[in-house]
Amino acid sequence: MKLTIPEEEIMGHGHLACQGCGGALAMRYTLKTLGRNTVLSVPACCWSVIDGPFPHSAVNIPVFHTAFEAAASTASGIKAGFEIQGKDVNVVAWAGDGGTYDIGIQALSGAAERNDDILYICYDNEAYMNTGVQRSGSTPLKAWTTTTPVAHPKDRPKKDLISIMAAHRMPYIATASVAYPEDLTEKLEKAKSIKGTRFLLIFSPCPPGWRADPKNTVKLARLAVETKVFNLLEIENGLDWRITKKIRKPKPVIEYLKLQGRFRHLTEDDVSLIQENVEKEWNILMNKVGE
Amino acid sequence: MRKVMIGNHALSYGAKISRAQVIPAYPITPQTEVVELLSEMCANGEMDAKFIKVESEHSAMTASIGASATGARVFTATSAQGLALMHEVLHWAVGARTPIVMGNINRAMAPPWTIWTEQTDSLAQRDTGWMQLYAQNSQEVLDSVIQAYKVAEAVQIPAMVILAAFVLSHTSEAVELPEQGKVDEFLPPYEPEYRIDPANPHAFGGLTGPDGYFELRYQIQKAIEDALPKWDEVGAEFGEVFGRKYGLIETYKVEDAKNLIISSATLASTARTAVDTLREKGEKVGLLRIRIFRPFPSAQIRSILSSVDRAVVVDRNISFGASGIFYQEVKAAVYNEKNPPPIFGVIAGIGGRDVTKKDIIDIYEDIMRMDEPKSDIIWKGVRL
Repeated sequence: MKLTIPEEEIMGHGHLACQGCGGALAMRYTLKTLGRNTVLSVPACCWSVIDGPFPHSAVNIPVFHTAFEAAASTASGIKAGFEIQGKDVNVVAWAGDGGTYDIGIQALSGAAERNDDILYICYDNEAYMNTGVQRSGSTPLKAWTTTTPVAHPKDRPKKDLISIMAAHRMPYIATASVAYPEDLTEKLEKAKSIKGTRFLLIFSPCPPGWRADPKNTVKLARLAVETKVFNLLEIENGLDWRITKKIRKPKPVIEYLKLQGRFRHLTEDDVSLIQENVEKEWNILMNKVGE
Repeated sequence: MRKVMIGNHALSYGAKISRAQVIPAYPITPQTEVVELLSEMCANGEMDAKFIKVESEHSAMTASIGASATGARVFTATSAQGLALMHEVLHWAVGARTPIVMGNINRAMAPPWTIWTEQTDSLAQRDTGWMQLYAQNSQEVLDSVIQAYKVAEAVQIPAMVILAAFVLSHTSEAVELPEQGKVDEFLPPYEPEYRIDPANPHAFGGLTGPDGYFELRYQIQKAIEDALPKWDEVGAEFGEVFGRKYGLIETYKVEDAKNLIISSATLASTARTAVDTLREKGEKVGLLRIRIFRPFPSAQIRSILSSVDRAVVVDRNISFGASGIFYQEVKAAVYNEKNPPPIFGVIAGIGGRDVTKKDIIDIYEDIMRMDEPKSDIIWKGVRL
């Protein structure tokens, strides 16, 4: 078997991530592929803690910390600064789901519409984990968080951010998962080779926030794909949708849900509702893919 | 070369002649001409700069911060609501020590919607750490952009060049355009000690606890204190090279003055003509114009105030629940003096209400009839 994941470790060991952090894995794979000629614009998110604290930094490339809603616009500024000085650098906005789906969506949309030459990566752990598990626009239907308590779990589905990004007709959009590093690497390579705004959503389980066993991070990320809760795809120019990991025999969502305390309160009806929603979203996706 | 231009275009030409390299900007009345001209000059190659047409002022400032952190020279401009939207990241620009120069057109805050001039928008940002310069005419606007880069880059603190909406932003005046070669010599390219560089990786602005943050804030205060003599030095050097000298403050007929009118920006220009008329009437009156508001030139103001019997500060701004803002600052500057003169605080021209020479003369004559300041606000021109 050919090894497709670059061997060089750029990220150091001494980071502050929790045990089993999907976001730390996402960063590790990302830096392996993008290499050292890369700069990160990091808004408020778990990674504003994971990298430090001052004067330490775990990533061995420049990190510019910025305000919560400003990952994309700061990256646009950094890119313009480099360009006018004749420097060719990969500029990456690296944000969590709160900083992407919610507070940062305006700056992200602005950058994508202008087609600024940046790679925006959202490591998606489906809630505000750094502040202690509050719901975000990415939190899935019926999930528990500290602001969607068991008596009133999330009553709305996860925001379909990928379709929003596709509507920008930007050159490249992809979803990826820490359970499929070869697929992630391939998408990062592709994103790196394209000019303009590129958007990558990396599914990154959070054991403390999901009330899951840290040893199950990769298992959960894999189950999310195998149950079609999270689909691996890429979109070119906003119109050309393609599934990169086809699931022949999808598993029932309960296999994914039952390993997570955030879904412990679900009734059978709830599980059926989530299953129905997954089927419905899959059909919508198939229409876009044209299959 | 002399060129007739509006105050807004004086900002644009100031950015051009300072060789700004990145300009992230968002339009707002009455600032639009600033960025329209800049975007045109970026597009037609007159400027070697990148114009980022951001989707908000918040993004204008964060893109400015990012670009400045790479070592590029950055310019942007805004006004009122736009400046208020930037508030969070105005702090960021200072903490990140990015010497951005920004034009701000003083416009009153909504609601109700209004576009006319008042200084409360910029003065409400006084504690962010941005340096603030209040200009009185278009020549000063253009000259000040060049000086602002020189000071800001020396101390790594951003600076705002501020002008009154319409009264200055849209008024045409003949402006001397300095020679590019001379400006290049006066203002060499920006070379920061630290910049974002993959060959020399650092983390900027990472999580810092109580054992480190305090000193970083102390350093910001030291830097902005260092800027105080720097503004005078740079203003004097500018005078030697270009024939127009600038300082932290400007005085007019203060040498033998018994009474002092203190103001800023275009109000101070009006006050200057009032001083002339009052002098003709035999009044021993002078004018103190505060040009640099942050850092605040306390010592210079104390020195002028030490020889007068009374002073009146005319403010086109208000800190609700307190008083006029320049008034507060001037009063605070002399409070610990042995025998400070009584200082009267007048609020005039709010929301762009005209303040004429006659108004300033009336203010002065009213003050002269009073024994002492009875309250912190004397309202001029409010209709009740």
